[in-house]
Amino acid sequence: MSTSTTTLPSHLVSAQEEQIKRPPLVLNKRTMGWISSYVSTIVESKTPRWWYISIAITAPIALLTPLLLCYLVSTGVGVWGNNSPIAWAWDITNFVFWIGIGHAGTLISAILFLTRQKWRTSINRAAEAMTLFAVVCAGLYPLFHVGRVWKAYFLAPVPNSNAIWQNFRSPLLWDVFAVSTYFTVSVLFWYTGLIPDLATIRDRCTSKIKKFFYGILALGWRGANRQWRHYEMAYLLLAGLSTPLVLSVHSVVSFDFATSVIPGWHATIFPPYFVAGAIFGGFAMVLTIMLPARAIYPQLHDMITPMHIDKMCKVILLTGSIVGYAYLMELFMAWYGANPFERDAFWYRAFGPYWWAYWSMMFCNVISPQVFWFPWCRKNIFVVFTICMFVNAGMWFERFVIIATTLARDFLPSSWGMFHPTWVDIFTFIGTFGLFSTLFLLFVRFLPMICMFEVKAVLPEANPHYGEEHH
Amino acid sequence: MTMSATPLTNQPSSTRALFALGIEFENARDLYHAAEKVRDAGYRKWDTYSPFPIHGMDEAMGLQKSWLSSLVFIGGMTGFTLAFLMEFGASSFLYPLVVAGKPTNLFTIPAFFPIMFELTILFSALTATFGMFALNGLPRWNHPNFNWDRFKKVTEDKFFIVIEASDKKFSLLTTTAFLNTLGGSPVDMIYHDDDFNDQEPSSLLMEQQEQ
Repeated sequence: MSTSTTTLPSHLVSAQEEQIKRPPLVLNKRTMGWISSYVSTIVESKTPRWWYISIAITAPIALLTPLLLCYLVSTGVGVWGNNSPIAWAWDITNFVFWIGIGHAGTLISAILFLTRQKWRTSINRAAEAMTLFAVVCAGLYPLFHVGRVWKAYFLAPVPNSNAIWQNFRSPLLWDVFAVSTYFTVSVLFWYTGLIPDLATIRDRCTSKIKKFFYGILALGWRGANRQWRHYEMAYLLLAGLSTPLVLSVHSVVSFDFATSVIPGWHATIFPPYFVAGAIFGGFAMVLTIMLPARAIYPQLHDMITPMHIDKMCKVILLTGSIVGYAYLMELFMAWYGANPFERDAFWYRAFGPYWWAYWSMMFCNVISPQVFWFPWCRKNIFVVFTICMFVNAGMWFERFVIIATTLARDFLPSSWGMFHPTWVDIFTFIGTFGLFSTLFLLFVRFLPMICMFEVKAVLPEANPHYGEEHH
Repeated sequence: MTMSATPLTNQPSSTRALFALGIEFENARDLYHAAEKVRDAGYRKWDTYSPFPIHGMDEAMGLQKSWLSSLVFIGGMTGFTLAFLMEFGASSFLYPLVVAGKPTNLFTIPAFFPIMFELTILFSALTATFGMFALNGLPRWNHPNFNWDRFKKVTEDKFFIVIEASDKKFSLLTTTAFLNTLGGSPVDMIYHDDDFNDQEPSSLLMEQQEQ
């Protein structure tokens, strides 16, 4: 290092170092003790009033989903608007919507970990929780979409009295394995990350009941280096396993469409396009839930800094542009491929009776995130929040466009149709938002929202050579 | 059980058996350099404790790379093989299916890959998590370290070194003197629980595992 810098005058060297220096990951020079006590206080303090009010709103909404699913099962699938040809209607739209949201959590926890993006540490816990809750909401839909939910175990390769086995070459069965693996691995990853922080709460809390429960959950973690050694390896391996997993899950979801012969679905661009869309929508949802959390707990501003928001906006801009490219490429291929059915499918999307869904999708997903090219838009919380709401809506429209409009028009005019959601469709979907929010509120109340031990590890004094001369 | 263990040599009058000696450090740097000295002094049954994993501590303690990865490799291979057998067993023998004119054979294997991939990941992840628990001896809700008052701060912002009394090189006087040179807090004694008995089969088992 000395050889390159000795040639420069000292004031230039310091200016150069000032330029190279990265912004601190935790602002205001907070100490390790501050991080523990601040994050744990959120869990330890008396339940705040806003929490009761919020859960009083979200819990009844969440109840809509199980009640309406009971109504569906007891009455029959006719209470949903699904028809022939649009057999995959809102249920599959909502499934793909929710599962896509989950992907941002895994991206933050796994891919950003492997690429050594240290800023992930203050948002990964909440993002992983979001993944789990989104997958819970997603998983309900295909389960009930099978029609006879009490026969759902037919999807599992277990010997049954009919001596029938699954078709392992069907993307729908791949989906069963992909989504259930994804949920299991996400739970393992999340819980593994939680153990040291649960131990922190165990050691801090004074109430016997809390000590007991957090103590059980912390598994007797002691923070020994002989434990950290295996722990870090396990975490690295889980990150390494989750990375191809998350890419595979949404690819497999896209295979559900791409392996069919329906014009508008039969496209090789689907896997990357779906994965980019999932990350795009997921990051918007991370911001949608983190910005209010940050507003409620002002101290989080030191850990979830404007830099974090800025970086997430850049990811949204990047993935949004990939999604926009995929939309345009689909249109180009429809024209260039000279297949009349393919051309007609895309003409129908844009100018048929579902034009409003198509142009909403185009506006929300392609146009709106482009404002993030301007730094002041990434800095202004209200702009960021508004764009994220657009993206959330846009990603839902995308799935609706892909599923409903495509199925509405295939080869023969005799099999054309329209889809109209029933009130059961609408309220079941609203209920999943209630379920998602309720689970997230419970998470914020009872578990540490920020990964404390990882944030401590990115503080400058966590380096064992902190304050020593470089050599 | 209220049986008291045989007092160790040099132990002050106490009904509880000594488990280890421990000192506290204020920061990661001091712990790191102290760990290098304990390693060089030749102790075996000791450990450093910190609120977060410290980069380079394995070398400072003289530890090898974790071998969890080899367990995970075995787990992943198990998942892969299981998926292969499940898919081909069911599709070739139990319920032969011809899909789109394609029977089940090596030429149609690509369509069977996604499930093999998913189960490989699933089994690897399960092995990584539960293998880590096993190697770390988790869950273990009682541990003599928890009898030490200072140790509560290990998950917050304090750093510790603990040398166990069962180490071959351990002697109360010299180890205390050695620990005092490391620049941490004054040395504390950490005791076993009241009902600890050296002759308990479980503690013997534990010792064997650690060797």
